[in-house]
Amino acid sequence: MTPDQWSELVKRTLYQVAPDLEGQPIQPMVRFNEQFEFDSMDFLSFIAGLHRATGLELPEKDYPRLTTLESAVAYLTEKRPA
Amino acid sequence: MTDFRMPSLGADMEEGTLVEWLKQPGDQLHRGDIIAVVETQKGAIEIEVFHDGVLEKTHANPGTRLPVGTLLATIRGEGEAPGPPLPSAAPAELPRAPSPPPPRAIAPQPSARRKITPAALRRAIGDGLDIATLTPGPDGIIGLRELAQAPAPPKRRTGGINLDEMRKAIAAAMARSKREIPHYYVSSTIDMTPMVDWLSAENARRPAPDRILSAVPVIKACALALRKVPGLNGHFIDGRYVADDSVKMGVGIALHGGGLIAPALDGSDTMSLGDIMQRLSDLVARVRGGRLRSSELTDATVTLSNLGDESADTVLPVIYPPQVAIIGVGQIVERPWVVNGALTARKLATFTVAGDHRANDGRIAARFLKVLGQVLQTPEAL
Amino acid sequence: MTGSRRITYRDAVREALQEALRRDPRVFLMGEDVGRYGGSYGCSKGLLAEFGEARIRDTPLSESAFTGAGIGAALGGMRPIVEIMTVNFSLLALDQIVNSAATLRHMSGGQFSVPLVIRMATGAGRQLAAQHSHSLENWYAHVPGIKVVAPATVADARGMLWTALEDPDPVIIFEHAMLYNEEGDVPGGDSLTVPIDGAAIRRDGTDVSLITYGGSLKKVLAAADELAKEGISGEVIDLRSLRPLDERTILNSVEKTHRAVIVDEGWRSGSLAGEISARIMEGAFFALDWPVERVCSAEVPIPYARHLEIAATPQVPGIVSAVRRAMRR
Repeated sequence: MTPDQWSELVKRTLYQVAPDLEGQPIQPMVRFNEQFEFDSMDFLSFIAGLHRATGLELPEKDYPRLTTLESAVAYLTEKRPA
Repeated sequence: MTDFRMPSLGADMEEGTLVEWLKQPGDQLHRGDIIAVVETQKGAIEIEVFHDGVLEKTHANPGTRLPVGTLLATIRGEGEAPGPPLPSAAPAELPRAPSPPPPRAIAPQPSARRKITPAALRRAIGDGLDIATLTPGPDGIIGLRELAQAPAPPKRRTGGINLDEMRKAIAAAMARSKREIPHYYVSSTIDMTPMVDWLSAENARRPAPDRILSAVPVIKACALALRKVPGLNGHFIDGRYVADDSVKMGVGIALHGGGLIAPALDGSDTMSLGDIMQRLSDLVARVRGGRLRSSELTDATVTLSNLGDESADTVLPVIYPPQVAIIGVGQIVERPWVVNGALTARKLATFTVAGDHRANDGRIAARFLKVLGQVLQTPEAL
Repeated sequence: MTGSRRITYRDAVREALQEALRRDPRVFLMGEDVGRYGGSYGCSKGLLAEFGEARIRDTPLSESAFTGAGIGAALGGMRPIVEIMTVNFSLLALDQIVNSAATLRHMSGGQFSVPLVIRMATGAGRQLAAQHSHSLENWYAHVPGIKVVAPATVADARGMLWTALEDPDPVIIFEHAMLYNEEGDVPGGDSLTVPIDGAAIRRDGTDVSLITYGGSLKKVLAAADELAKEGISGEVIDLRSLRPLDERTILNSVEKTHRAVIVDEGWRSGSLAGEISARIMEGAFFALDWPVERVCSAEVPIPYARHLEIAATPQVPGIVSAVRRAMRR
């Protein structure tokens, strides 16, 4: 998938975790924790959602690369390039 | 033609929600007829007209919230010829000045398009606001003023929980606690490395949806320690401590947007970590969805206040009456630590017990912390 | 301000003339009644006695001739100041100004410049009727090759003349006839000159940009005072230079306030206000929270009768109500 498609998927997954975010602008370089008051449970739901959508393993050691929209897109593009 | 506007139904009314039209364009109207229903803070109100005539056109759709003065409908008087549709926004009466104002540069045109000023449009786009949700001013125009009055961009859902009411409830409970309960505090720093390492290994084996948060082994460890060290688990009722047989751990869950609820996680001392994780997920979802059961709000026998990652090291929590203790946990951080006489880096967390001195003593709390520390050194046994 | 003095606009113009005549022997003043009579608005009183007939020259009633003579003198190396009694009469010199003064640098491929300064009175308010009261600044501001300035304060009247004389191209200075008796401060110290290429913010504000120049500045400031009582914060921009326009100052202000009201004593059709409005639309369209409002003179020859003259020209209540419209109040 292209970075744009990954970006769409990440946003969709965020909206599943927090439907109220839909339509809100997402700052690509600010951590989800900071911009959406995500706690560890929200973050885990996000990871689980990404896992379900992609089948990727997303191990805990890679969590730091999944904390912002920009880094998540880079990570996913790297894992599964276009 | 007569303008029919959102009426003010009292000095405190600023807006109302149009619920339904009871008359349709073309209907004959008589003074006193009920034309629409408007929902206000005082409930649904039936709105009367004050003119005889024919309802020419409605300008607002049911379900929209409109400020007082917003044009709702146009009424054609007796004998007036049906005119071309009036502009949806007749300009408000302009203040007359002694010197003649210059001719209006812009003649209002009949238009179904929303009138939004360029500045408001730019800001709405920048703020991610949906223009369709904005309510025009009494002149039919959406400007910066209407944007300023628009509800803020959607905040995190709070699931039907009224945060103001919640804040009042917290205030009442905490003020009572600090007024009535003589708190004491006992703290220990506990080496969390074995638990963190074990959990990493465990989670590496689990697919993402089945992974366990570090809060879960902490809940279970506390529950087990409370079982081994009685005296902190129960309620203070009628001047005395009543112990409880099972540990119903109240787990503090923050609401996005402020406030928190600590519903009881029943059986935390007996369930497996995976089951506790599922119960916790369920509780968090229902706390945020506002669908807790009443028992979950009243049953807890002790509370765990876990600050979580990236927060602070220490919390001195306030007991939730009628409980007699609350356990506060700070973030897990890597710090220098001495093990067997050697300095080494370990992952540490500070646990603090706030106890009700009427019901128990610091010695019990200290013993609890010691046992808890031991339990957490063998996470595989949890 | 240390050493600042309070003088009239008329005295400021006279001092500026006197200073220029003393500083530069190439400077001379020429116009109708500037010598023996001391200027139709009294700006050159006493100058004839100090500088003599060669440098304070009374001319026949022929604007075309003496303005043309001024252009010739400028081409010949002098620094002439031509005074034209009112902008209405300057139309007789329009050919000289537009076809000669404004064009010669360009038509000579830069070989000739015309360092000429033309001063003229403008505007209504003195019951001088239609042939002495118009505001035609925009006619000149339309023309490339000349600069057009409008000192609205005593300090600007004192300071702009020397800057204009130093400019290598023709500069027209518009002095609003209602300003001559106004008093104001001029700074102390040696350097009284002021630049002639930028607008000045005369009052800071956040809600609406009030853009004006010359004789309307005082009315706009009074309107801003009145609006402040209603909680409306007006930012007052004094254009000072009508050509070139200080677009940056205007657009920056509108970006901040989101509303603009232009007060221009000229007629609305084809006015400077129209030009400024267009510039705002081109440069700050998405900042606007209301269409640009214009307060201009009524489209009639300025009447003689006092109440009609007042009614025909921008006044404080009209400015206030334009601002209220812009604020949607």
